[in-house]
Amino acid sequence: MLDLLSQPWPWYIAGPLIGLMVPLLLLLDNRSFGISSSYQHICAALVPGRSSYFAYDWKKTGKWNLGLALGTLLGGVVASVLLANPEPIAISSATQTDLADLGLHNLSGLVPGEIFSWSSLGTAPGLLLMVGGGFLIGFGARYAGGCTSGHAIFGLADAQLPSLIAVVGFFVGGLISTHLLLPLIL
Amino acid sequence: MSIRDHEEQAVGPLKSGDDATQNLSWWAHVLVGILFGILVTKAEVISWFRIQEMFRFQGFHMYGVIGSAVAVGALSLLMIRRSGAKTIRGEAISIVPKDLGTGVRVAVGGTLFGLGWGLTGACPGPIFALIGNGVSVMFVVLASALAGTWIYAHLQPRLPH
Repeated sequence: MLDLLSQPWPWYIAGPLIGLMVPLLLLLDNRSFGISSSYQHICAALVPGRSSYFAYDWKKTGKWNLGLALGTLLGGVVASVLLANPEPIAISSATQTDLADLGLHNLSGLVPGEIFSWSSLGTAPGLLLMVGGGFLIGFGARYAGGCTSGHAIFGLADAQLPSLIAVVGFFVGGLISTHLLLPLIL
Repeated sequence: MSIRDHEEQAVGPLKSGDDATQNLSWWAHVLVGILFGILVTKAEVISWFRIQEMFRFQGFHMYGVIGSAVAVGALSLLMIRRSGAKTIRGEAISIVPKDLGTGVRVAVGGTLFGLGWGLTGACPGPIFALIGNGVSVMFVVLASALAGTWIYAHLQPRLPH
């Protein structure tokens, strides 16, 4: 059983199960699925400063979302300990060729170890991808009022116009990074 | 969020019985999170390689995952609305619509987010899941994302929304 579950899960199994997060959280506690507000709650708890954006009772408002975020981390632990797939991720050969052209040859693991490692933090590509990219994720998610879960899954499922515009933005940004920035950085 | 805060504060201090319910509900959210963390790991949507494949239009996998998740989410919402289903505590389901503003916040914020998604290959949930998977350098990405959140909060009054 564990052997079977350790294989990568096909999209038609994993996707619908991810979609069930939407009714699960609503029926459980009237919560709209989304993760990135946890970043706001963490800041409100640790370094609120004088911003009115952090002036609320994070324990009351954010507790559920911080629980969801903690669970997501623990879920990663469970998956890596019990259900790890030892094989490299089976991306298409076209992508493998493109990444080789960028100088990425080690395609094992979840992220390219040639860039996403502690030792490459001191290099320009490592800094730009990890620190620069991380900053944009946090800034952009709060500016847009949601991320991939809140806008792309919940918001689109609820046919909300703001989410549709945000998701178009997600793709425009991702295409620019992939096709313009990565060739410059790597 | 602020309106909801005020409503909650107006209710006054919680009774001890409510505290127990609150804690139970917190653990329930942790459990849902664990399920989500396993799902995004096994679906490989937390992989930088899969995100690259998606933004290069070289594979269907990511589109299949996101598309089927949206479809199941939409169908669930339709069923909840049609049936008038309530939460397990008997509350009516309420969904606060996302803020469109003038459209600038979602268009510009969304594009900035997308730039970060394309560079790191991760988004807020997967950052947590990657840390759980032992990719410890993702702590740096998390710290930087928190810095981005903090800077946004302080620039918010001056940004067009």
